[in-house]
Amino acid sequence: MGKLDIKVDENGYYGEFGGAYIPELLHPNIEELKSQYLKIIAQPDFQEEFKALLKDYVGRPTPLYLAKKLSEKYGAKIYLKREDLAHTGAHKINNAIGQALLAKRLGKKKIIAETGAGQHGVATATACALLGLDCVVFMGEKDIDRQRPNVERMRILGAEVRPASSGSKTLKDATNEAMRHWINNPNDTHYIIGSVVGPHPYPDMVTKFQAVISEEIMQQLQEQEGKNAPDYVVACVGGGSNAAGAFYHYLNNEKVKLVAVEAAGHGIDSGETAATTAKGSSGVLHGSKTLLMQSEDGQVTEPYSISAGLDYPGIGPLHAYLYASKRAQFEYVTDDEAMQACVELSKLEGIIPAVETGHALAALNNLKFEKGEVVVLNLSGRGDKDLQTYINYGNY
Amino acid sequence: METINMADMQNRIENVFQDKNKEKLTIYFTAGYPRLNDTTTILQALDEADVDIIEIGIPYSDPLADGPTIQETSMKALANGMNIQKLFEQLKDLRTITQKPVFLMGYCNNVLKYGTEAFCQKCEEVGVDGLILPDMPMNEYQIQFKPYFEKYNLKNVFLITPKTSEERIRTIDDQNGGFIYMVSSSATTGGSWEDSPERLAYLQRIKSMNLTTPQMVGFGIADYSALQLVNQYTDGAIVGSAFLRNLNPENLQSSIKQFVENIRTPK
Repeated sequence: MGKLDIKVDENGYYGEFGGAYIPELLHPNIEELKSQYLKIIAQPDFQEEFKALLKDYVGRPTPLYLAKKLSEKYGAKIYLKREDLAHTGAHKINNAIGQALLAKRLGKKKIIAETGAGQHGVATATACALLGLDCVVFMGEKDIDRQRPNVERMRILGAEVRPASSGSKTLKDATNEAMRHWINNPNDTHYIIGSVVGPHPYPDMVTKFQAVISEEIMQQLQEQEGKNAPDYVVACVGGGSNAAGAFYHYLNNEKVKLVAVEAAGHGIDSGETAATTAKGSSGVLHGSKTLLMQSEDGQVTEPYSISAGLDYPGIGPLHAYLYASKRAQFEYVTDDEAMQACVELSKLEGIIPAVETGHALAALNNLKFEKGEVVVLNLSGRGDKDLQTYINYGNY
Repeated sequence: METINMADMQNRIENVFQDKNKEKLTIYFTAGYPRLNDTTTILQALDEADVDIIEIGIPYSDPLADGPTIQETSMKALANGMNIQKLFEQLKDLRTITQKPVFLMGYCNNVLKYGTEAFCQKCEEVGVDGLILPDMPMNEYQIQFKPYFEKYNLKNVFLITPKTSEERIRTIDDQNGGFIYMVSSSATTGGSWEDSPERLAYLQRIKSMNLTTPQMVGFGIADYSALQLVNQYTDGAIVGSAFLRNLNPENLQSSIKQFVENIRTPK
């Protein structure tokens, strides 16, 4: 194997995955974004404003916490990257603020976003309130019923929550509706996609905004371990934004094992799963060529996971590439395993994690560590939003 | 055999655009709607009606460029059990039913999952003249799709919008597509039609470019006045959502006949 060189190419591909499969109607918007995003992100005044907000508003850097009891249990030094302590309770805010600042520099006054569990919706509504932008969040009708508190949070923050009533009425359809809205309102609107999915340049742009996570991990490990790279980075993957951010600075460091954890739902072969790499195949979803769950006929199928944040029928093209090239190891965790791990972390370390993160935690059981190995697990979000899921689970 | 097919197809499409005085009409319908096995009945009715080109929609779970009507007909068609295999079976006698040009419209994923070459081969076999894949970008067409389209004598139809640059339109014009699909405004399918100054300017601008590929205008065309207007500037109109809204499952043939007569009659 030659030296690793994982990055997006000029056409938006990671290997065979990526690209921009979009209707001509979106072409001008995507072109504008493609030609501007790297320039704008590189501007000193953009960087200054972005970094200041991440520090003073979001509360970055988030701590890198050595979880002693968890480490004892698994026989490795397990560090938790505390994205749960970021403002609004998850890593989603990093990207929402980055893109909202970018939208302002593009002269856009209105923001649209899609949301499943509501975390990206809340993060976007927050960024828009802060920066004085109009905000409409598309959310599947089913998810509106399931995630009431986040719906109200978005409304309190001044956003309009628009029900997506097409198709299966969940995240996939909220994304379709947001794209259709963008087609119908191309001039004054920017679409803040919440994960490393969508047409190029979204996967790369969102990855770059989330890369602050691994940038901080490098510095913090240097201080705490005297080296900037761990043996493992572990993160859950729905679309894959928290994993992309946690992996980013280690993508080309082959000594670092990358572990991506997907939701197996009721089990990989149960027919009720969101394990895209296990059950999916190559195709086009939401504007990029990637792995997705689909029927023999190429119809996108509805995934299932207890965790609304992982309940997505595809994964970002970067992750599809990490899977196909075997650069990352993919693990699959069921609803029950994830919930057990959530409760375990709560009891052992006093941290109630998001159910999404519970999947990453449960995957520690599947890994065999050598004594003294350093593991960084991206604690992508906190569990407040999942209280009802914990109550329904009951085993605590 | 192959050369004959190609000649047939060339003739089918060229014949349509030869008569510059006639107002030309393309009708879109979603295969498998209102019922799974209505495809050939609808094709027969469209063949008998004063319709120039037929566009058959492959229902897709996530039709990004489509408005509510085609989303609904697609969901219904999928629920009815429509899939690509069935569609090709239903189309096996296509060329005994109609000699009008027939295009399939779908999304990239349908074609990729079927296998691009197998899909194109099957299209030629049943006598489909070309494809309309709204989420297929030009650069991907040139890299991944064009060799198969050419091998199996299929025309590709590119979309342009009021925001498409002149340079890009010229590039599309050079692709030897069946026609250029002019999206009437920045919107998904099935929206409303207004004779706005922007829209007229768009029609005039494209007309003045003197493109070699015929152009047809779609998205939001629902009545005679819109049909007549776009025919003044371009080579025809494409009607989909309005046609589907007027389909009467109890009496498909007469509702189709009636719709085409209505849209062709000055009010």
